[in-house]
Amino acid sequence: MKASLAARAALLSLLIFAALMLLWQFAAQTGSTGVAVDPEYAKLIGAAAAGGGQSSVPTPLDVGAKLWGHITDPFYVRGTNDQGIGIQLAYSLGRVLIGYLLAAVVAIPLGFLIGMSPLVYRALDPFIQVLKPISPLAWMPLALYTIKDSAISAVFVIFICSIWPMLINTAFGVAAVRREWLNVARTLEVGWFRRAFTVILPAAAPTIMTGMRISIGIAWLVIVAAEMLVGGTGIGYFVWNEWNNLSLANIITAILLIGVIGMLLDQVLARLARLVTFPE
Amino acid sequence: MTDKALISIEGLGKTYPAAGGGSTLVFEDVWFAVERGEFVCVIGHSGCGKTTILNALAGLEKPSAGSIIVAGQEVTGPSLDRAVIFQSHALLPWMTVEGNIAFAVKSRWPKWSREQIRARTQQFIALVGLSGSERKKPAQLSGGMKQRVGIARALSIDPKILLMDEPFSALDALTRGTLQDEVLRICAETRQTVFMITHDVDEAIMLADKIVLMTNGPRARIAEIVVNTLPRERSRHDLHRHPHYYRIRNHLIEFLVDRSRNFDVEVESGGHDPRHPRLVYPGRAEPAVAAVDPAPADDPPRSRHPSLQEIRK
Repeated sequence: MKASLAARAALLSLLIFAALMLLWQFAAQTGSTGVAVDPEYAKLIGAAAAGGGQSSVPTPLDVGAKLWGHITDPFYVRGTNDQGIGIQLAYSLGRVLIGYLLAAVVAIPLGFLIGMSPLVYRALDPFIQVLKPISPLAWMPLALYTIKDSAISAVFVIFICSIWPMLINTAFGVAAVRREWLNVARTLEVGWFRRAFTVILPAAAPTIMTGMRISIGIAWLVIVAAEMLVGGTGIGYFVWNEWNNLSLANIITAILLIGVIGMLLDQVLARLARLVTFPE
Repeated sequence: MTDKALISIEGLGKTYPAAGGGSTLVFEDVWFAVERGEFVCVIGHSGCGKTTILNALAGLEKPSAGSIIVAGQEVTGPSLDRAVIFQSHALLPWMTVEGNIAFAVKSRWPKWSREQIRARTQQFIALVGLSGSERKKPAQLSGGMKQRVGIARALSIDPKILLMDEPFSALDALTRGTLQDEVLRICAETRQTVFMITHDVDEAIMLADKIVLMTNGPRARIAEIVVNTLPRERSRHDLHRHPHYYRIRNHLIEFLVDRSRNFDVEVESGGHDPRHPRLVYPGRAEPAVAAVDPAPADDPPRSRHPSLQEIRK
């Protein structure tokens, strides 16, 4: 009997997962028996910390329990510094979507114009090449200084990091539309707007969507770091806060959820990309 | 004669910048005319600038010298009056068969209702025998079917002139034959004026009324124009039985194999007037050369690339 490739892959995935969990469990157990903190420091802060206890590496079961707790009660509010993980994720997602959509609104039309004009393409290329590799977090102090609002600054950082892939891909996609398709439009005396929307946009759409997919990935990467700096709310702040609480189980839970949300965002964009892709 | 012709190509030349400075003269001093309802083929080797002439006629490319007059007006850009069938069919792959043709119809008659556009689109889908495939995307079609869509798209806008750039060269021999038959039928029915590029001798004899022979590039020029004396109702089945067929065919092949390379020798021996390329009738008997289009006595002294005012005089 030979199971399908998908079934065998799933089985292998489960085995790898089980092996990793076992390894983790083993490592956590052996680790927690030792002294977790410096003895001098333990003397200072008391017996609880000296024994390791809360601060030691959690086992997979600890994390599983925490995860279950967060999933079953994601939206609680017990004060400004203790809110459910669902609320924190919603804050982060909101910032990412606002910054990302603003970037799309700017990048796609601008990229379109850049791609249509070889002159503008060349003229703006040096700017893009210099601005693109700047870490979005480097903009943060400048944003905080000029905007004077930490929440908007975080959105600005998302905006600035997601604009480049969309801008570059749109410009490239528009500039690379096949000559023959443009010639069809020319021989049919198609006007500027109709040509832009019925020929160039559909032809460049797969490339634009690729840019949008790269952008959402980067935006989701950056929001965690941005929120660690800005503080207040969001999953990045949650992680930083739990680090201050030395709750590694909470941090690992957050890490897992960040991964899952990032995957879902990517899947949504991949689904959209498939809608505009055409076979040749 | 030039006044009556639908298309008049006058002193056309094209130079491309060559690598490392200079420039390459692809062809020069090309003159010929196409009458209304005529099917004219240009035949020549790769690199002689055939496609450039077609693109210039379509308005997609600017010639370096000379001009093209269509129906009394100089060609300055693309026009719906001159439909192009591209070698690579150039269908828009994200649109269906229907969508591709409707795109052209809507370009021609922007004010038409959805219903009118649909009716005309259907009519041309049926004309090329693609009824039933309206909703297919180009990727789902065979090469021959794609080119049928290309033909339907070009004809649907009711062009004054149909321009075809090696439309069948990417197809297998069987499909090519069927499609040639259909193009011949459609063009005969509508008395369509056609200008076609090919490097297939049989295709030229099958389809064209006149075959323009171009010498090899660079510095290509028109050697002569072969008049196809076969009856216009041609079919692939008995074409080769006609006594004129092999005479024309041999003439063309002899030109492509030999004379296209060494035409400069013929020019030096005199008698070649680029402004009035010879009309030859190899089908009738050999040698049958007639200067049907003699230069008028008061023709002004010819400059190599006459200005527009000069042509308009």
